[in-house]
Amino acid sequence: MIGGLFIYNHKGEVLISRVYRDDIGRNAVDAFRVNVIHARQQVRSPVTNIARTSFFHVKRSNIWLAAVTKQNVNAAMVFEFLYKMCDVMAAYFGKISEENIKNNFVLIYELLDEILDFGYPQNSETGALKTFITQQGIKSQHQTKEEQSQITSQVTGQIGWRREGIKYRRNELFLDVLESVNLLMSPQGQVLSAHVSGRVVMKSYLSGMPECKFGMNDKIVIEKQGKGIADETSKSGKQSIAIDDCTFHQCVRLSKFDSERSISFIPPDGEFELMRYRTTKDIILPFRVIPLVREVGRTKLEVKVVIKSNFKPSLLAQKIEVRIPTPLNTSGVQVICMKGKAKYKASENAIVWKIKRMAGMKESQISAEIELLPTNDKKKWARPPISMNFEVPFAPSGLKVRYLKVFEPKLNYSDHDVIKWVRYIGRSGIYETRC
Amino acid sequence: MPAVSKGDGMRGLAVFISDIRNCKSKEAEIKRINKELANIRSKFKGDKALDGYSKKKYVCKLLFIFLLGHDIDFGHMEAVNLLSSNKYTEKQIGYLFISVLVNSNSELIRLINNAIKNDLASRNPTFMCLALHCIANVGSREMGEAFAADIPRILVAGDSMDSVKQSAALCLLRLYKASPDLVPMGEWTARVVHLLNDQHMGVVTAAVSLITCLCKKNPDDFKTCISLAVSRLSRIVSSASTDLQDYTYYFVPAPWLSVKLLRLLQCYPPPEDAAVKGRLVECLETVLNKAQEPPKSKKVQHSNAKNAILFETISLIIHYDSEPNLLVRACNQLGQFLQHRETNLRYLALESMCTLASSEFSHEAVKTHIDTVINALKTERDVSVRQRAADLLYAMCDRSNAKQIVSEMLRYLETADYAIREEIVLKVAILAEKYAVDYSWYVDTILNLIRIAGDYVSEEVWYRVLQIVTNRDDVQGYAAKTVFEALQAPACHENMVKVGGYILGEFGNLIAGDPRSSPPVQFSLLHSKFHLCSVATRALLLSTYIKFINLFPETKATIQGVLRAGSQLRNADVELQQRAVEYLTLSSVASTDVLATVLEEMPPFPERESSILAKLKRKKGPGAGSALDDGRRDPSSNDINGGMEPTPSTVSTPSPSADLLGLRAAPPPAAPPASAGAGNLLVDVFDGPAAQPSLGPTPEEAFLSELEPPAPESPMALLADPAPAADPGPEDIGPPIPEADELLNKFVCKNNGVLFENQLLQIGVKSEFRQNLGRMYLFYGNKTSVQFQNFSPTVVHPGDLQTQLAVQTKRVAAQVDGGAQVQQVLNIECLRDFLTPPLLSVRFRYGGAPQALTLKLPVTINKFFQPTEMAAQDFFQRWKQLSLPQQEAQKIFKANHPMDAEVTKAKLLGFGSALLDNVDPNPENFVGAGIIQTKALQVGCLLRLEPNAQAQMYRLTLRTSKEPVSRHLCELLAQQF
Repeated sequence: MIGGLFIYNHKGEVLISRVYRDDIGRNAVDAFRVNVIHARQQVRSPVTNIARTSFFHVKRSNIWLAAVTKQNVNAAMVFEFLYKMCDVMAAYFGKISEENIKNNFVLIYELLDEILDFGYPQNSETGALKTFITQQGIKSQHQTKEEQSQITSQVTGQIGWRREGIKYRRNELFLDVLESVNLLMSPQGQVLSAHVSGRVVMKSYLSGMPECKFGMNDKIVIEKQGKGIADETSKSGKQSIAIDDCTFHQCVRLSKFDSERSISFIPPDGEFELMRYRTTKDIILPFRVIPLVREVGRTKLEVKVVIKSNFKPSLLAQKIEVRIPTPLNTSGVQVICMKGKAKYKASENAIVWKIKRMAGMKESQISAEIELLPTNDKKKWARPPISMNFEVPFAPSGLKVRYLKVFEPKLNYSDHDVIKWVRYIGRSGIYETRC
Repeated sequence: MPAVSKGDGMRGLAVFISDIRNCKSKEAEIKRINKELANIRSKFKGDKALDGYSKKKYVCKLLFIFLLGHDIDFGHMEAVNLLSSNKYTEKQIGYLFISVLVNSNSELIRLINNAIKNDLASRNPTFMCLALHCIANVGSREMGEAFAADIPRILVAGDSMDSVKQSAALCLLRLYKASPDLVPMGEWTARVVHLLNDQHMGVVTAAVSLITCLCKKNPDDFKTCISLAVSRLSRIVSSASTDLQDYTYYFVPAPWLSVKLLRLLQCYPPPEDAAVKGRLVECLETVLNKAQEPPKSKKVQHSNAKNAILFETISLIIHYDSEPNLLVRACNQLGQFLQHRETNLRYLALESMCTLASSEFSHEAVKTHIDTVINALKTERDVSVRQRAADLLYAMCDRSNAKQIVSEMLRYLETADYAIREEIVLKVAILAEKYAVDYSWYVDTILNLIRIAGDYVSEEVWYRVLQIVTNRDDVQGYAAKTVFEALQAPACHENMVKVGGYILGEFGNLIAGDPRSSPPVQFSLLHSKFHLCSVATRALLLSTYIKFINLFPETKATIQGVLRAGSQLRNADVELQQRAVEYLTLSSVASTDVLATVLEEMPPFPERESSILAKLKRKKGPGAGSALDDGRRDPSSNDINGGMEPTPSTVSTPSPSADLLGLRAAPPPAAPPASAGAGNLLVDVFDGPAAQPSLGPTPEEAFLSELEPPAPESPMALLADPAPAADPGPEDIGPPIPEADELLNKFVCKNNGVLFENQLLQIGVKSEFRQNLGRMYLFYGNKTSVQFQNFSPTVVHPGDLQTQLAVQTKRVAAQVDGGAQVQQVLNIECLRDFLTPPLLSVRFRYGGAPQALTLKLPVTINKFFQPTEMAAQDFFQRWKQLSLPQQEAQKIFKANHPMDAEVTKAKLLGFGSALLDNVDPNPENFVGAGIIQTKALQVGCLLRLEPNAQAQMYRLTLRTSKEPVSRHLCELLAQQF
């Protein structure tokens, strides 16, 4: 179990230090600073073992969160907790920055006391926490006994993530399918590895205790249903997707998912992440990058990169950015591009080409001349891959939301009365092409 | 960057550095550096010429980036360009970049060398200094090759500036240290010495460093420096503190130079010239006097400088070791420091006193501080100081204060730091042994040692106590009593049990009279510890038990019961099981007489260098233990040291054996040639089969022999030491060792086996013979852990054997590693019949001492026997043909071995002849026939052996066609039965 939790700023100064167990001493704080934050070589592994003590860290901008333990814990659990902790802090005071943490340190200690008990993670649902941990401080004289008991019963009850008696005039829900595409492509255009990791985020403003049911074009479900109706399988066969693995928010009834593969749940109030999934098959690659690098003598390099958008012409991709690495001995760059803006960024050793918007089935090109300084180093340039960033308004995995039904038996509003919004956003993860 | 604020400063550099320092994260820093590098690259692209200032600025930035830990792979050319600039700052930055960043195999090295050459040739002293500093900083071989010849020239040139000379001297020193072979010696060396007379103190200081380094290799070349150094030193020492102005450091005149001069003088023996010597002694006295004066300043720098000179002076005094007056004064001075409140001073004082203690002049003076040192051992907070105190106590120990020191060390041991416990244990053990007047005190001390620090008492220590107790019968009773008392403690260390078990087993009878330590009490006391001990100790205790059976017959039943118990007889450990079984059988089968013989008291151990001392030396590295061993020329310590040497009255072994061993320990030139007949006198029960005829080598022997780490001497283990008088010519070999004949006899009837063995070397033989040819494999095994050098075994044919036997040998490797074995192949051809065997001479160097050994090669005429089968009448027909009296040889002799028909048969077959059955009418008799095959001729041979069981006699008759062969064979064979 987690023995302690520390938050550092970028200099390695401790902002928050909470020790839960006696086996973690004060010197653990310094050990992490010396061996990870100030390490001579950048530490890439999120788990570091120092003197039989394990440090799990995540970094949010300049802030380091480190969980420490001497026991053999489930690392995935610790990271899940750390991410959750970040979410909770973000929900309370916005961006996680040194200043925000300093301003809210009483609150953070209060939160830490609540969500981690003797190193065991507790209820970390923001909605539930907000009922009894407030930034203003609890004014107990104004809180009735009933309210207190209600909080207690909610927190200790079966549905700890939603309190009773929520009322909205307008029942509304938003569903976002957020995906990131990861790709590594050979210079010849061969896909070396590709996968999509996606999340379904839901924001609900629903009254009472609604029972929801979520349906998507999961291959297994479609085929199961398709047994009854033969011709529908042939129609939807192409559109169903194979999900490699998925995880759900705690509100989803897993037993039901296991038996019927249906996703039913009582949602928490507000925003939450309903599920996370990963697919590796039949991915729609929104962009194709065609690099062409020519070395002209020892002091010159010619680079030509073509990008092709590969989706419906009616859709528009946004925030496109292509990053072309340059050799370490670059002494000057001339760039010509037809669309967008391109610039040589010396501090990053790369040419960055930005295009604001681009429709589907289009093509664009950049060419650059790079001058090199002769060096006495015989090492050849390693040619790092060209990477790309973008945002497209569809799900590259092909996932489609088929339905989201809402039932509230006690209050009289039906599924039709709920206003539902669905949005798809595909972003680039690590989207690289070798050159 | 203090220079930044000046007008000359580089603003761009200052901005860049402050940018880097303001970076919030590593990533930001890397970004800033990348940006700067790109900027510098674009500047260095070569389109436009850069002026010296910007070149300098960018090179500086590159240097800064490099020092931050990033790789720099350009800009070298620009830096080299800076070298040819005329501005000091630009040149300086260029040199700085080059000495930091340019590696020796760079292509630019020629350009750089050229620039340096130009600077050296220039008349500008600043530029020359810069160039010299660069050479010294890089200090690579290439640099050395290019400039080693120029620098001495600059150093001794009359017109060089002082600062240049100083730099040149230090640069030369650096090159000399890096690659001594590159610096040419020559006429300049004489002139370097005269730099000691230079006006400029900086030059002198640099020159002293250089000379100190150079004179270590060629002391004679620089001998003249002594008088110069002395006069320089005396001028400094006697100067008032204001005379040397710049070189006075907190009121101490030129402390660094003084220390260096004193170090230089330590490279040489005391000056021979009386005037010089007088002046030096005067200097040393002045330094010692000054130490007594009140300090001129309270600053720590003042006292540090003063003490540095003082300690260096004391080391010089110790180095000379010839001025009793000075030594005593030095010692008194150190004595004052022993109570100084500065820990470092106390440490240094203790350390220097250690060396002082080994000088005969100051030993007594050192001894007066014993109380202070003991106090230091007890109260010092720093363990390294305590360690030095322990060292000093060890060094100052002699007969008069041994008891006090040993008891103090023992007391300290209880609280001593774990790191130095083992060393202290060894030291106590050595001192106790060395200065023991009364051995009961020695026994007490060692037992105390085991009690206090049992875990740190190594094997050697308790082996040694057993050896001493065994050898000194006046202390045995006391030892038995003391260990018995010690064992009564509820928890005692296993080493104590070992010592107790051994001593009680040997000498338990001496205290058995007392009812409190009656045999059953002794036994039950030992047995109560039995189950808590390790296997080795239990094995030892089992041996003790069997000894008890001999000593106290009344305990026999109890002990047999213990031995019979399943936990012993079926012990999982083979060693314990074997001992239990064998001892049980021995105790029940053998008669009291046999028991008494087998389990006799251990004979005294041969004397040799204390193994503990060897261990201490090993632990501390060579020379560390020397304070006691060779440093002190204390005649009185000899008899004490030799107190271990058994006097004839107390020891049963005849003294020649002790002599002999003394001989081995001594270096070869000192060896008296007393060894010839002494070897067989050395009787060692461990190996003597007579001691335990019924058991053969039991584990006990093996175990007990462990008590003497360097393997016990077997009667044959006599090394014929090369007599120094003998001509060391390679072909000349000594006479065969006395046992050679005996060794040879073992091989008459067999072809394989161990020919020779002593504690250094084992020689094994494997041979096969067919007709007149033979092949022999000799295996030389190095039993030590040290390499044998110049190892050369040769085969020599004495007399006219050359014409009778041809032996071809293959050479073997000249080195035999410790524990390794080498093989030598010998091809043998018998040309004619021969009588004497060839000799094998083995020479080698072991640990620097030459060793030689001559053996008889086991090649006898019977090896070329070809067995011949024949019928009875053929045999008698031939028997009759060889009826001439000179053809027959007959011998009647008493049997040496039990008369067993099967054994005899095997021996005869091994001898080489065919055994003919049904020939002799008497079936008891043996009849054989064979032909000896040589290249020149064949000799038929018939033999008849008639045993007489009642008289225990044999009659052996041989008939061959050649008279000498008959006689020779008869003699050879007769010795076998």
